[in-house]
Amino acid sequence: MFVRLDPTIWWTIAGIYAVLGLASILVFGVGRRVPALGSRELRQRVTSWWIMATLFAVAILLDRVASLVFLGFVSFLALKEYLSLIPTRRADRRVLFLAYLAIPVQYWWVGTEWYGMFIIFIPVYMFLLLPVRMVLAGETQGFLRAAGTLHWGLTICVFSLSHAAYLLMLPGADAGVGAGLLLFLVIVTEANDVAQYFWGKLFGRARVTPTISPNKTWAGLIGGIATSAVLAGLLAFLTPMVWWIATLIGAGGAIAGFCGDLVMSAVKRDLSIKDTGGMLPGHGGILDRVDSLVFTAPLFMHFIRYFYY
Amino acid sequence: MTGKPISAPTSAATSDRPAALLRWLFFFLIVRPAVLVLLGLNLRHRERLTKQGPAILVANHNSHLDTPVLMSLFPQRLLPRLRPVAAVDYFLKDARRAWFACNIMGIIPLERRPEGGADPLLPLERALDRGDILILFPEGTRGEPEKMTALKSGIAHLARRRPDVPVVPIFIHGLGKALPKGEALLVPFFVDIFVGERVIWTGERARFMEDLAARFEELAREAPPPDWR
Repeated sequence: MFVRLDPTIWWTIAGIYAVLGLASILVFGVGRRVPALGSRELRQRVTSWWIMATLFAVAILLDRVASLVFLGFVSFLALKEYLSLIPTRRADRRVLFLAYLAIPVQYWWVGTEWYGMFIIFIPVYMFLLLPVRMVLAGETQGFLRAAGTLHWGLTICVFSLSHAAYLLMLPGADAGVGAGLLLFLVIVTEANDVAQYFWGKLFGRARVTPTISPNKTWAGLIGGIATSAVLAGLLAFLTPMVWWIATLIGAGGAIAGFCGDLVMSAVKRDLSIKDTGGMLPGHGGILDRVDSLVFTAPLFMHFIRYFYY
Repeated sequence: MTGKPISAPTSAATSDRPAALLRWLFFFLIVRPAVLVLLGLNLRHRERLTKQGPAILVANHNSHLDTPVLMSLFPQRLLPRLRPVAAVDYFLKDARRAWFACNIMGIIPLERRPEGGADPLLPLERALDRGDILILFPEGTRGEPEKMTALKSGIAHLARRRPDVPVVPIFIHGLGKALPKGEALLVPFFVDIFVGERVIWTGERARFMEDLAARFEELAREAPPPDWR
């Protein structure tokens, strides 16, 4: 049932659970005496992490198709959340439906390793098709805004995220290596989010972008970069990179993730909302969780593809 | 469909067993997974939802999905207790729709314009006395998507006759986008559901209706602005 994965994958996933176990001891055990550690938000966050990590681990360990279906489903949830947040026009209902249909198609290109189609389907074909379908609906008021916001969402939620999925196909038939790349990307990206949060809470004072997000501090950013760099260096064995290149990639990824986080914060500010949804208790919505991944995934995938495959 | 009676069963719980099983399966295999995957709910103030009957749920009405989504908020074991109240003239119009409405949705048909002195609220009172949870849409019909219209006061008459039964207002946001009136294609959207505090019968119809309308306005303010043109 399971694909033949490199034992390092199993060990890495065991490592994730060890860290989660430690976090649970801190939050649920020590947190009973130290209120700052046992806050409701932190407890919810840790619980949500257990569920997310398990779903992700099962998807990776099952086989490549399961991983693709899992990531496609994440794209679907993200797009659904996005389309529920932004103003949409009633006339565009069928256009939105078409945008949803782009998800299975895009992941189909990934699954069939058709790189050329994968890379132009949304930026070219969907870019042309959606406004044509909108024209057929005949509503011109708010046309540009509707076309622009829809394609932006499709790019973020489907195109960007599907780059994470394409990591599975990069090395060709050797499934184990691709799973290692995906694992590396997701662990470093998500750990960077957590690290930025903690360094910011512990030492944060000066804000990086006061008009966009009050929670992003220089201490958080720099602590996050350092943590991600070290972690990426340690996890280099999952990838074809040597340790010092992985370290640099970890630092760069932390900056990219930070930017993704900021962009989603700006979108939320624009829409006057705090969280993108309530799916993941303690985290907010699915977009709150994948906002940095949608920035790190394309950059990491293209770096690896250009230099290693 | 010809052999099926058009009149509704007195209670979904006491209706014939195959239909009850079909109803259970329909909600377990179709409604719940669809609500979970295709829609996705953000339920606010869950604690205000009644845990058992009798109760009267009062909601705004924008979509055919309103009723099944509201019913999915309750545990499956309460399904036999859940009775949407629906207009005779629309839901019992043709035999197939009537069969589905009565046996699967478990509606209590309501005569919108009663003739000959019959008391249209009597079946509702009986259901409440049995401990059922009624689902009512006091706007009367599905209005413009994502817009609320004036509430009809039939609900006040019911509250007057059963003042001890909690009247729970529920504001639904987003279903009018997913499946508005006159559309057959479901487009996935997250749905926000806001449960309000119960409205209490204070002995005066106008006052009760004002309270109810105020509750809905309060809940609507919690929802994101209805930016949908």
